[in-house]
Amino acid sequence: MSENVISLQTAIEAAAKEQTFSERLKWFFLDTIEITKRNLLHYVRMPQLIFFSFIQPVIFVLLFTQVFGGAMGSAISALYGTDYVNYLLPGIFVQTALVSGVATTVGLAADLQKGMVDRFRSLPMSRAAVLTGRTLADSVRSVFTITIMVLVGSLLGFRFSGTFAESALAMVLCLLWGYSFSWVFAWIGVVVKDPETAQTAGFIWVFPLQFASSIFVPSQTMTGFLQWFAENQPLTLMANTVRALILGRPADQLVPVILWMVGIVAVFAPLAVWQYTRRTK
Amino acid sequence: MGNTPYAVVVDGVKKSFGSVTALAGVSLKAETGKVLGLLGPNGAGKTTIVRILTTLLQPDAGTATVAGIDVVKNPGAARRIFGLAGQYPAVDEMLTGRENLNMVGRLYHMPRQLAKQRADELLERFALTDAANRPIRTYSGGMRRRLDLAAALVVRPQVLFLDEPTTGLDPRTRMELWDVIRELVADGATLLLTTQYLEEADALADHIAIIDRGLLIAEGTADQLKGRLQKDVVQVRVTHPDHAQSAYEALKVLGNGSTQLDATSGWISVPVPHGPQGLVEAVRLLDERKVAIADISLRRPSLDDVFLTLTGKPTAGE
Ligand SMILES: Nc1ncnc2c1ncn2[C@@H]1O[C@H](COP(=O)(O)OP(=O)(O)O)[C@@H](O)[C@H]1O
Ligand SMILES: [Mg+2]
Repeated sequence: MSENVISLQTAIEAAAKEQTFSERLKWFFLDTIEITKRNLLHYVRMPQLIFFSFIQPVIFVLLFTQVFGGAMGSAISALYGTDYVNYLLPGIFVQTALVSGVATTVGLAADLQKGMVDRFRSLPMSRAAVLTGRTLADSVRSVFTITIMVLVGSLLGFRFSGTFAESALAMVLCLLWGYSFSWVFAWIGVVVKDPETAQTAGFIWVFPLQFASSIFVPSQTMTGFLQWFAENQPLTLMANTVRALILGRPADQLVPVILWMVGIVAVFAPLAVWQYTRRTK
Repeated sequence: MGNTPYAVVVDGVKKSFGSVTALAGVSLKAETGKVLGLLGPNGAGKTTIVRILTTLLQPDAGTATVAGIDVVKNPGAARRIFGLAGQYPAVDEMLTGRENLNMVGRLYHMPRQLAKQRADELLERFALTDAANRPIRTYSGGMRRRLDLAAALVVRPQVLFLDEPTTGLDPRTRMELWDVIRELVADGATLLLTTQYLEEADALADHIAIIDRGLLIAEGTADQLKGRLQKDVVQVRVTHPDHAQSAYEALKVLGNGSTQLDATSGWISVPVPHGPQGLVEAVRLLDERKVAIADISLRRPSLDDVFLTLTGKPTAGE
């Protein structure tokens, strides 16, 4: 009995200590690392999860360079002053970084459905770390998938023509871009009830957005409302910026792109965490 | 606050999911260092109580404390005190047994070395050392349960919640798990265990609370409850229908006046206070009268019988 009282006291004191802001921040980071490690182990154990995340972009690259490329490639090439493959690939990097977020949605939905989240929620760990650990692990995976897309592009004749700094900035932007949007995917994952729905819900909004953008074709070739929409939506701004950096041209939309990223995280990170905490009440 | 004699106190807790009332106002207590068995059929509200106590759900009304800590007001502190093995194992299928335990230790903010050491200890204790480096998805149902239980024990919790720990296990694995649970209690932990099996509550719990449809319907030690429950029944069928009446006469006293003869089937039912003794006695009595027995069996009260006796209506489950 007395033993009980003592260790209980210790526990309460430890809890009180961890409620200071700096302690909470420290544990938030350490818990995030732990959860990131756990999610990365999933990719090591099941490499097919990575395979699926670049199979779609690879199909798009082949479809657009080999099937449509013949007809429209020369027109775009003339409009843009470079081979169509050099126009397309920067857009594909943006698409790849974005779409790989579907794994975040599916992974979180699976954790919620399979009860792994019950384990996490019954531990004295940071709530938000379950989500940051997921989004970070998926960004690490994006490094891998984007690298593969660069290699696939090179085989088809894609070349970086900007300076090294510009190219590096383009790739870092892609990762940050993917990370920002992974919060949207995380939010969807916490809202939907099962991994199957998550798969669809993750993709459904990306699909129209990626076509109504400058990823595959320049937006000025589009008509009326669609053109207006395409020119102002973030995928176009991002694709144009990454493309400009890779081709060594002025990237005049860099600021709006960064604002979009910050805005997306500012809105969807708290939303996802709030929904996650609320979900099982 | 820490010196309460009750490690778990649930007071007037209510919880509804939409129009479904899962808990209609439940109060119960688990004495420190003892085992409280929460017995009830499917859908009774057992899991809901456990989830509220382990901070996974918020009650609509009422209070719940674990080791004196209010789980609603101070969930963070409560999470340091208890261990939970839920109704379904909450372990990572892709990770190995060792990785799972290590991760849980780290998330409890144990130093790396200590977490590692504790994982090894637990793997050893639950006979999982050989399987330690295999992903959980290759584990059998019993191994998964054991690992989940190990995960609940990483910080040597003072209060342990086990939600239907043996459901779905084969009888041998169930017995093994019973032994493990008895050891835990011997170590001094307070245990709240839910089960659908009367015999399990009887075998493991010091104190039993029976719930049905979100309400506590009976409470007491196994012996106290047994006195209120339906007795064991010896059932006999004689070889020659002519002998049925004579057999019935022979068993009348044994059944203390409640012996019954079913004329159409020829079965005689004899309620007895203690099953095995009653069975032996019935055989002896019939043997004395040279009545040949075609069939004899002992029926123990099922959970359904218990509920029928206590509530006068069958259980909510199917
Ligand atoms: N998340 C939920 N949503 C809706 N109904 C629920 C939920 N959880 C439990 N219930 C309902 O509450 C009742 C009690 O469930 P539960 O506590 O799981 O019972 P037990 O664990 O005793 O089988 C059941 O009728 C069940 O259907
Ligand atoms: Mg249950």
